[in-house]
Amino acid sequence: MTATLDRRPETAAEPRSQQRSSIDWGPALVGAVRKLDPRGLVRQPVVFVVWVGSVFSTVLAITDPSLFGWLIAAWLWLTVLFANIAEAVAEGRGKAQAASLRKARTSTVAVLEDGTEVPAPDLKPGMRVVVVAGQVVPGDGDVVEGIASVDESAITGESAPVIRESGGDRSAVTGGTTVLSDRIVVQITSKPGETFVDRMIALVEGASRQRTPNEIALNILLSSLTIVFLLAVVTLQPLAIYSGAEQSMTVLIALVVCLIPTTIGALLSAIGIAGMDRLVQRNVLAMSGRAVEAAGDVNTLLLDKTGTITLGNRQAAEFVPVGDATQAEVTESAQLASLSDETPEGRSIVALAGLGERDTGGAEFVPFTAQTRMSGVDLPDGRQLRKGAAGAVQNWVRSLDGAVPPDVAAVVDRIAASGGTPLLLAEAGGEGTRVLGVIHLKDVVKPGMKERFDELRRMGIRTVMITGDNERTARAIAAEAGIDDVLAEATPEDKLALIVKEQDGGRLVAMTGDGTNDAPALAQADVGVAMNTGTSAAKEAGNMVDLDSDPTKLIEIVEIGKQLLITRGSLTTFSIANDLAKYFAILPAMFAGVFPGLDTLNVMRLASPESAILSAVIFNALIIVALVPLALRGVKYRASSASAMLRRNLLVYGVGGVVLPFVGIKLIDLLVSLIPGIA
Amino acid sequence: MSAGAGGWLQAGLLVLALVAVHRPLGDWMARVFTTDAVEGPKSRLWPRSGHWRVEKLVYRAVGVDADTEQRWPTYLRSVLAFSLVSVLFLYLLQRVQSVLPWSNGMAGVDSGSAWNTAVSFVTNTNWQGYSGESTMGHLVQMAGLAVQNFVSAAVGLAVAVALVRGFARTRTDRLGNSWVDLTRALTRVLLPMAVLGAIVLVLGGVVQNLSAGTDAMTLTGASQFIPGGPVASQEVIKQLGTNGGGFYNANSAHPFEGPSAWVSLFQVFLMLVIPFSLPRTFGRMVGDKRQGLAIVGVMATLATASLALNSWAQSRAGGAALQLAGAATEGQEVRFGGPLSALFGTATTLTSTGAVNSLHDSYTPAGGLLTMFNMMLGEVAPGGVGSGLYGMLVLAVIAVFVAGLMVGRTPEYLGKKLGRREMTLASLYVLTTPAIVLVGTAVAMATDAGRSSMLNDGPHGLSEVLYAFTSAGNNNGSAFAGLSANTPFYNTALGLAMAFGRFVPIVLVLALAGRLAQQGRTPATAGTLPTHQVLFVGLLSAVVLVVVGLTYFPVLSLGPLAEALS
Repeated sequence: MTATLDRRPETAAEPRSQQRSSIDWGPALVGAVRKLDPRGLVRQPVVFVVWVGSVFSTVLAITDPSLFGWLIAAWLWLTVLFANIAEAVAEGRGKAQAASLRKARTSTVAVLEDGTEVPAPDLKPGMRVVVVAGQVVPGDGDVVEGIASVDESAITGESAPVIRESGGDRSAVTGGTTVLSDRIVVQITSKPGETFVDRMIALVEGASRQRTPNEIALNILLSSLTIVFLLAVVTLQPLAIYSGAEQSMTVLIALVVCLIPTTIGALLSAIGIAGMDRLVQRNVLAMSGRAVEAAGDVNTLLLDKTGTITLGNRQAAEFVPVGDATQAEVTESAQLASLSDETPEGRSIVALAGLGERDTGGAEFVPFTAQTRMSGVDLPDGRQLRKGAAGAVQNWVRSLDGAVPPDVAAVVDRIAASGGTPLLLAEAGGEGTRVLGVIHLKDVVKPGMKERFDELRRMGIRTVMITGDNERTARAIAAEAGIDDVLAEATPEDKLALIVKEQDGGRLVAMTGDGTNDAPALAQADVGVAMNTGTSAAKEAGNMVDLDSDPTKLIEIVEIGKQLLITRGSLTTFSIANDLAKYFAILPAMFAGVFPGLDTLNVMRLASPESAILSAVIFNALIIVALVPLALRGVKYRASSASAMLRRNLLVYGVGGVVLPFVGIKLIDLLVSLIPGIA
Repeated sequence: MSAGAGGWLQAGLLVLALVAVHRPLGDWMARVFTTDAVEGPKSRLWPRSGHWRVEKLVYRAVGVDADTEQRWPTYLRSVLAFSLVSVLFLYLLQRVQSVLPWSNGMAGVDSGSAWNTAVSFVTNTNWQGYSGESTMGHLVQMAGLAVQNFVSAAVGLAVAVALVRGFARTRTDRLGNSWVDLTRALTRVLLPMAVLGAIVLVLGGVVQNLSAGTDAMTLTGASQFIPGGPVASQEVIKQLGTNGGGFYNANSAHPFEGPSAWVSLFQVFLMLVIPFSLPRTFGRMVGDKRQGLAIVGVMATLATASLALNSWAQSRAGGAALQLAGAATEGQEVRFGGPLSALFGTATTLTSTGAVNSLHDSYTPAGGLLTMFNMMLGEVAPGGVGSGLYGMLVLAVIAVFVAGLMVGRTPEYLGKKLGRREMTLASLYVLTTPAIVLVGTAVAMATDAGRSSMLNDGPHGLSEVLYAFTSAGNNNGSAFAGLSANTPFYNTALGLAMAFGRFVPIVLVLALAGRLAQQGRTPATAGTLPTHQVLFVGLLSAVVLVVVGLTYFPVLSLGPLAEALS
């Protein structure tokens, strides 16, 4: 069973992300048409203005029919439709997953301890249900009796079963998962309709999506820009009349639609949904969009040492002889003392000694106990070998009147200072009772972590390692892994205090946790990622759940948060920058008739006033569709300093946003001018 | 020396003077607005401690507790109440001037003009629908207009300082005491500088007397009326406080207001000195001088670009006569040469001064377009006393918001998060002035009352009306001329434009300041958008230009742009 618990999470995430990488346009189109209902559009002020413009221009096209009028009206409707498609595509991605989740939920019937049957949706917190092999767990809860292997693939996509047992940190079960063996009693903890699966369905469907603070702030800016441009166009008409260049309503509507930030306005909610979706693809469930945004802002990352920064187990790194013992003696004794030691540390000692198979006939192994704090072997030739904690082994040697060479203390100190754990190796009998040497057990930093932390530092994020080790050991590991700070000998209270202190300094804190005692800290942290293997309390307290239970994923979550914000900012810049070219297309078209000098502004040499205006409107609509994949995928994110990132994005989306529409509108104009009656 | 080279020499001198003065002045203002009431160590040269004795007298007279700081609504109420009282007082003073001493025999001002003028001077606009020498007696000039020249500038300073405190402070709802800020702005900044400046002006030949004017016989035997008055004392604060209301109708082109080229240049210096020093004060108060340097960098970039463009536009005027003259000369201050006109015109429209030594109406269309565009920037480069800084800081908030997103963080400026409330206030601020200008212009152009005052038709006529509302809405006060603005319609409409253009932004700025002060401060990291680097200076300049350009492009294309391209 241990093997299945040590699964690599990446394998589970892969098939899901592949399945979702392409855009399913068909259903999205249906969804987009359905979204033409203005009641829903009011939430997106920019798109709503376009909708109003479409209605107006259609009425005008009917009352005063012309080819130009109809074309403008048609393209304005398409603009609204394209905006809706963006949102529908983003939402559509979660629908399939939601459907399979729903199946798991609806078909369950729960059996209470007294044998009565209750439909799963009617379960209330505190009820105790019995689940036996082959049955689906009817609701979220804690195992209060028994142990079972559970298939959680319905939720996590991971097919390897996990162990759930009463008590401890592995007691939580999720509704919708299947018990594969044995029998457990589960005490329900969730209210009807608020189970984990219910929340997941709502999340992946985007139904419970609330707009996040930053999205609201951006929407306010976009609304005020919309009002500015509305005013600029509305007030233009009296001046145009005075100048003898009165404009038709259709042209004015076209001008408004081209100027207001339709691109970002149309894509804004899709960007938000896609951000959540990218998390879901990595098997992370964010309980709110607010948390995803906060992830981009995180200043301080609290990381548990074990499992996140280092591999779970310490490994033997060297054997140091002390006194008059030789290297060969120490190596051989260390191996002998560990042959029957099945702990990972013991096996690593045997592996490091590398002396091959040994005949152990007649040897008597002494297992580790909490009392002796040593383990070892009694050999048939009367020699006794012991290894264990420095204090325990020294006491053992002294109690047998053996010698503790004076250099032991120095070696032990050196190893401890370097972040390792010293194990003393001693023998009794044979050539006398003495300490032979020191085994250097080392925490092994996961490969690639140093690079990741360097990356985080470039992003301006401080990393703090949380560990139960003493300060010195902790500092040494931190230095090796490239961690900025440590919280050594940490208790859950220390963790909470550290978070509060960081937050008082204006910093945002992210952490992972799984135990019940992590819950207060998870709740306090701005981004608290609970491991799915953790307790219900932890999952309840955090604002994200990692279904793979992989603590390193916190780093990816931060990157996704940043990417979300960058995508918003870049498309806003792009959208506003586009306006310049549109002015150069539309204004000469409107006024060059009266003021021929203004034709100088027609730098694109567009064919006719009608084709110029139409081309701008068409470009404005098509750019939305063209940018849907970018909005869903997110702007490319590379960890670098803020100024480097700003320079790059300004160049691509600012300067690009100025130049691209000049080219695009000109190309469209070349096509549009082929239409008889437009050129 | 050619006129062009002379022009650049003048500009160079001006820049040198500003660079030399902005540090000590900025630092001094920072100290003025951060010294609290507690007595500090005495110094014989500068009383550095607490309240000055004269200030204590003022506080006692007004009946305010100078040692209690105010929340933003109280701060706002004080500023608004003070301004309202000022408007009423100035209105009454004009109406009844005939029965008061030193009226020089002037009749009471009619109600429309009095309202317009009262609002105009209280809002630091100093739009003048009247002709100074034939309307206002010395009492109104001194006790009414000159006083407002001082206190309206002080109001701008106080509001700017309150916003800076919003950035500088953390987790407090207090923004300072508006009465203390107003008083200190007068006693420690404006009055001492005005005294020094006035002495320089008198030495330069600006008149200063209480004479009602004399009739003189000229050499040709004709009789000429030579007006007198306390001109220098008013001239200095007209420029220093970025007011712009001239003693005479011809404003700084009048030989008694602007007697020589160097006095004209000195006047430009006076207009620019406080607005260009305030970023230093800002940097000091937020504890990072580089931030102030970035802001002044943006102001200087925009100002330099505008001056260069204006000089270029003036020098490439069409027509054979103008080609011979080397530049457009109509309406220019020909005594001192075109470049000084361009410099003066640029400075007066970039600050909210609005004083003129040339007629913007007669600039080449491109030059006229630029003076208009300068004002449309929202008076931020460097803008009016105080209002320039707070306008620029609000624009910085907008720029930081978009740029901050692009580096992947919830945007923050100087450690303050820009969330929903902050963006609502900043967005409304940016929306206010364009709304006033565009709606005002459209209403005028759509009504007979508006159109009948125009002295020109075609795009030039439209430019005149657009200029008037741009000037009023942005509290500049300069006029394009060519528009008879002393009509009930324009007195009312422009009065409203000035009032809204001044006080709506102040409400928003103080609300923003209150909001910012309540926040904690997010420490800067490598992931924070740096707001003190050249990249940011370029970005903010671009944001200012793009936002303004996009807003006004359509109307400009029917006015000065149509004219310039024809």
